[in-house]
Amino acid sequence: MNWTVIRQYLPLYRKAAGLTVRIGLLGIAAAILIGLFCTAVQRSRIPVFRQLVSAYIELSRNTPLLVQLFFLYYGLPKIGVPTNAVACGIAGLAFLGGSYMAEAFRSGVEAIDIIQEESAYSLGLSRGQTLRYVIFPQAFSVSVPAFVANVIFLLKETSVFSAISLMDLMFTAKDLIGLYYKTTESLFLLVVFYLLILLPISLLGTLLERRTRHAGFGT
Amino acid sequence: MSNPILTLSHLTKRFDELLVLDDLSLTVHEGEVVVIVGPSGCGKSTLLRCMNALEEIQGGEIRLHGELVSKSSKNLTELRQKIGMVFQSYDLFPHLTVLENIVLAPMKVQKRSREDASKEAMALLARVGLEEKAASYPRQLSGGQKQRVAIVRALCMHPEILLFDEVTAALDPEMVREVLDVILRLADQGKTMLIVTHEMQFARAVADRIILLEAGRIQEEGTPEEFFDSPKTERAKKFLQTFTFERKRLEQPQSQN
Ligand SMILES: Nc1ncnc2c1ncn2[C@@H]1O[C@H](COP(=O)(O)OP(=O)(O)O)[C@@H](O)[C@H]1O
Ligand SMILES: [Mg+2]
Repeated sequence: MNWTVIRQYLPLYRKAAGLTVRIGLLGIAAAILIGLFCTAVQRSRIPVFRQLVSAYIELSRNTPLLVQLFFLYYGLPKIGVPTNAVACGIAGLAFLGGSYMAEAFRSGVEAIDIIQEESAYSLGLSRGQTLRYVIFPQAFSVSVPAFVANVIFLLKETSVFSAISLMDLMFTAKDLIGLYYKTTESLFLLVVFYLLILLPISLLGTLLERRTRHAGFGT
Repeated sequence: MSNPILTLSHLTKRFDELLVLDDLSLTVHEGEVVVIVGPSGCGKSTLLRCMNALEEIQGGEIRLHGELVSKSSKNLTELRQKIGMVFQSYDLFPHLTVLENIVLAPMKVQKRSREDASKEAMALLARVGLEEKAASYPRQLSGGQKQRVAIVRALCMHPEILLFDEVTAALDPEMVREVLDVILRLADQGKTMLIVTHEMQFARAVADRIILLEAGRIQEEGTPEEFFDSPKTERAKKFLQTFTFERKRLEQPQSQN
């Protein structure tokens, strides 16, 4: 291992990590919104929308992110929609993550016993108040482990962005190997940077799980 | 008896083909304690749930002070505030502390201040001996404590009538007493209550009127003395027999009867 090389490469990796984190976080934020929207639609009784959401979830879960990205990046310009790599990366991650988040939230909502809803109603709470104060907080604490797993999964998925020429961590590593053949140093930095991004998130997730577990359903 | 509070007239409730309540009429007056008994599956829970519009009804009507209670009532949330309900299974909100459980509806529904609601909640908790549990979560309480909190939660909304659905049925025997004592005290305070229970001693002590529900109808109705000491119908006699135990003389020659 050549430490001079590593010191030289460091700024490049730092920049790439910034891009990975930025796209990752924006894509995940959008995925959360899509997930909440899908959960709300599936709980409602609007027939056509429910089926559309189910179709989206199946499509999104059963195609690889790489294929979704290719479709967005090479397909959209063909039908006249101008696009760029960053926007595609965010949209692709949101498209994939939305269904995973929807499934996590749905399992949370479904874990709540109907009696919780009924006792809220019997106290005079409205439908909206019941969702907000009784169902969602409990559903969220059930969803937390799946939610955290999704965030980590989606951040790892960003490694396929290099395929649409986004200069993320994976792209940088492959690029440097191709140019200078410093395979060991390049891969070493790749692992280190992914760990630097993912470990804190993993730890935060564990903390979040511990904090929300007070809602333990051992009643 | 004075003012009628809750009036059910010609109530019919079906689950698909199954007829659960069949043209049932019943009036509960202010300050009255009505106990409903009946074999398991006869529709006691369904009857209480109808009163709170948790179930749709297929015929008849329910009125609280003359106002129609139904799933389509525009002021349903207002009506429900006036009807307190405690369920058989523990129904506290597990993500909230005892105090938060109690003040949620007074604050969000009745727009009372946190101080005001908390003050009343603490006073009510003290009365059921659970003051020191205010900051605990439901999972840290015993079954009997949970049910007492559920009663306090309902009381804090100042309901005009309280419905109890077998609130001690899921409790260990040694916890039944502490919950029933709370309900007895509410009866002494003149609260209007409709109670479903399998505890016959308690029914006798608390009730002004006892009703036997079976086959979707009221089969017998009377004061506790009438109901327990001289039941008129065969159904009532048969039902009461399920609560008495006799051993054959052969096995128990020294028996006093
Ligand atoms: N949601 C439901 N769907 C279909 N049948 C039900 C439902 N709830 C209750 N029942 C049926 O209605 C009858 C009365 O039930 P219930 O009111 O719970 O009786 P009880 O409280 O007297 O034991 C039972 O036969 C029960 O199986
Ligand atoms: Mg029942």
